[in-house]
Amino acid sequence: MVNITINNRKIAAREGETIMEAARRNNIYIPSLCWLDGVHSVGSCRICIVEVEGARTLQASCIVPVQDGMVIRTNTEKVRKARKLLYELILSDHPRECLSCARNQSCELQKLGEMINAEGDRFVGERSKTAIDDSSPSIIRDMSKCVLCRRCVTVCNEIQGIGVLNVQNRGFDTVIGPAPGLALDTVNCTYCGQCTTICPVGALQEKDSTEAVWNALFDKRKRVIVQTAPAVRAALGEEFGYEPGTLVTGKMVTALRELGFDDVFDTNFAADLTIIEEGSELLERLTAALSGKQAVLPMITSCSPGWIKYVEHTWPDELDHLSSCKSPHMMLGALTKSYYAQKLGIDPKDIFVVSVMPCTAKKFEITRPELANDGLPNVDAVLTTRELGRMIKEAGIDFESLEDSRFDSPMGASTGAADIFGTTGGVMEAALRTVYELVTGRELPFEDLHVKPIQGLGRIKTAELSIEDPLPEYSHFGGTILRIAVTSGLTGARELMEEVAAGSSPYHFIEVMGCPGGCISGGGQPRPVDDAIREKRLEAIYSEDEGKVLRKSHENPDIRKLYEEFLGSPLGHKSHELLHTHYVKRGIYNQLID
Amino acid sequence: MGGQSKTKACACKNISEQEKYNRIAEVIEEYRDKEGSLIQILHLAQGIYGCLPHELQQFIAERLEIPLSKVSGVVSFYSFFTTEPRGENIIRVCLGTACYVRGGKQIVDKLQEILGIEVGGTSKDRKFSLEVMRCIGACGLAPAMTINDKVYKQVNPDKLRSILDQY
Repeated sequence: MVNITINNRKIAAREGETIMEAARRNNIYIPSLCWLDGVHSVGSCRICIVEVEGARTLQASCIVPVQDGMVIRTNTEKVRKARKLLYELILSDHPRECLSCARNQSCELQKLGEMINAEGDRFVGERSKTAIDDSSPSIIRDMSKCVLCRRCVTVCNEIQGIGVLNVQNRGFDTVIGPAPGLALDTVNCTYCGQCTTICPVGALQEKDSTEAVWNALFDKRKRVIVQTAPAVRAALGEEFGYEPGTLVTGKMVTALRELGFDDVFDTNFAADLTIIEEGSELLERLTAALSGKQAVLPMITSCSPGWIKYVEHTWPDELDHLSSCKSPHMMLGALTKSYYAQKLGIDPKDIFVVSVMPCTAKKFEITRPELANDGLPNVDAVLTTRELGRMIKEAGIDFESLEDSRFDSPMGASTGAADIFGTTGGVMEAALRTVYELVTGRELPFEDLHVKPIQGLGRIKTAELSIEDPLPEYSHFGGTILRIAVTSGLTGARELMEEVAAGSSPYHFIEVMGCPGGCISGGGQPRPVDDAIREKRLEAIYSEDEGKVLRKSHENPDIRKLYEEFLGSPLGHKSHELLHTHYVKRGIYNQLID
Repeated sequence: MGGQSKTKACACKNISEQEKYNRIAEVIEEYRDKEGSLIQILHLAQGIYGCLPHELQQFIAERLEIPLSKVSGVVSFYSFFTTEPRGENIIRVCLGTACYVRGGKQIVDKLQEILGIEVGGTSKDRKFSLEVMRCIGACGLAPAMTINDKVYKQVNPDKLRSILDQY
């Protein structure tokens, strides 16, 4: 315990914490810009300066640790003057396009200006040149708006372990980005978009798809069909001021109808379908391995397009480990333009499929040539959760007052297993609920069907599941111990992949989600995100699951109907054509290899 | 610094591209496990290759298994590093405070005029490159400049032509 005084208040601070942390814990708010709790404290913006008695200069409170007897003042004349000066200097090299900036009203620089009562243009001078990098289908970089806080550098290098973004040049010429002259689409950016969730201003953002979607909605000839990912319903409310962790499934569906979508389907339906296809694929691989045949194990999940792009760049020789299943929204898109088009009796060319996703990498995924059937992309546009929030506001819809409504048939019903796809550990748990029951005829032997050891925000989580007394047709599984691992975020993925590449991975099945925490905190989700918010969204996802009567994918009656009416059998001919895909070997400069 | 190293920096002219890369690879192996050695590796690599073009930065990043953006970040930060081949002789004009107030800027202007290049550039005949330094620690000799390892004191802009003629 360290005794300090902040603004004449005696405070018992913790050993080793910074002045900023001690202040926040005691509800003293020191204005800051670059600091991001638990993620980034480098003191680059200096906004959080305070007076420390005995110190020669003002101190950046986010990097200075507390010391016994420290006397700190956060709101003196000297501090206020210096803070304002620093702010105005930052602003002197920032474009004044607030009204037309997508971050208007959600910009941290703007909020800070309001808080410290900034005045007009005291400093006028040269501005950084605008250099917009819109080479990627997912993320736009506008370095004229960058305030050089370096949060994205920390997230890209330390949290995701990629290092596409770093500080280039120096002084006034400083920019954050790939090596000079390289655009995002010529490096190994995974498009995970974690940088877009922590950028305080409009320098890093998802590429806008709202215009394309409005155009489709206004086009009388198009049947515009929307689907929403499991994680969207657990976070969209935050865009409208709801507490993190508030489920807004029913209002979201109503809002989508009011926006003018012709059908509102649920990606969860396709998540159930993924479990059937991916579970069958796992059983096929395990059966082959157990009978001494060639089989590539561990099998690794393929729902997360940021993870897929990462593995293509980093481990191009290990692509056979990936499940061949398309991600759920691509499956639903493919079925919309085949199964559902047939039902409606319309030409698939006249269908426009929109996916609302917690993800920026999905915007890239839909451009992959492998993910098209009959020359048509499976999905035509991807909106992030944030973009959907914007569209609802733009349309003048009062979200809070909306009634609840339900997804449309025939691709709207889902089980609880599909809901948990939105969080780390969820795809694995959903798969186990089905695979274990298929093999043994009994329910997964975990309380409330939750595989506790693989839940939560831990980096790498593992479990073993022993298979006893299988059904006669699966007798070869008797006595098998199924070893599984789950990770979210790409540093954990790297660790697991190193084992896979070395041939020493002890696992049969691995789930990887590219973003820390999984889709609940994907690159397209509302800001801000921290672990407390992740936990709340995660709880919301599990409560959606527990609220369902059916909680195992194979119990979804509409999935059964889909196989009976259209697909035939899992891994059958039609499934392969519509629901499965292959991957591409890439170098770290995004060049295609062989 | 590099003096103790067996792969001592030298701008060898007569070895092939491949040999230069081999020597840089040796440097990388020698320093790879030492923390904070990127600057040292770049320094030696520039000594061997003459400059640090994009391809060489890629080579170093791949060998060290670090992102290219980190390598380019260091190269673009320090004015000592250059991505383009430099001239046979490097002129460095000091613009530290003492040299600046005693006319360092006029030396730069005059050199730009004589050589027909900007600061950071290299003359067409590849004879001279022009750089600016912030204090070379010779304030008593202000305004000062160096050509390669030779220091010129109290430089008179009108005498610059005759100095350059010696090279």
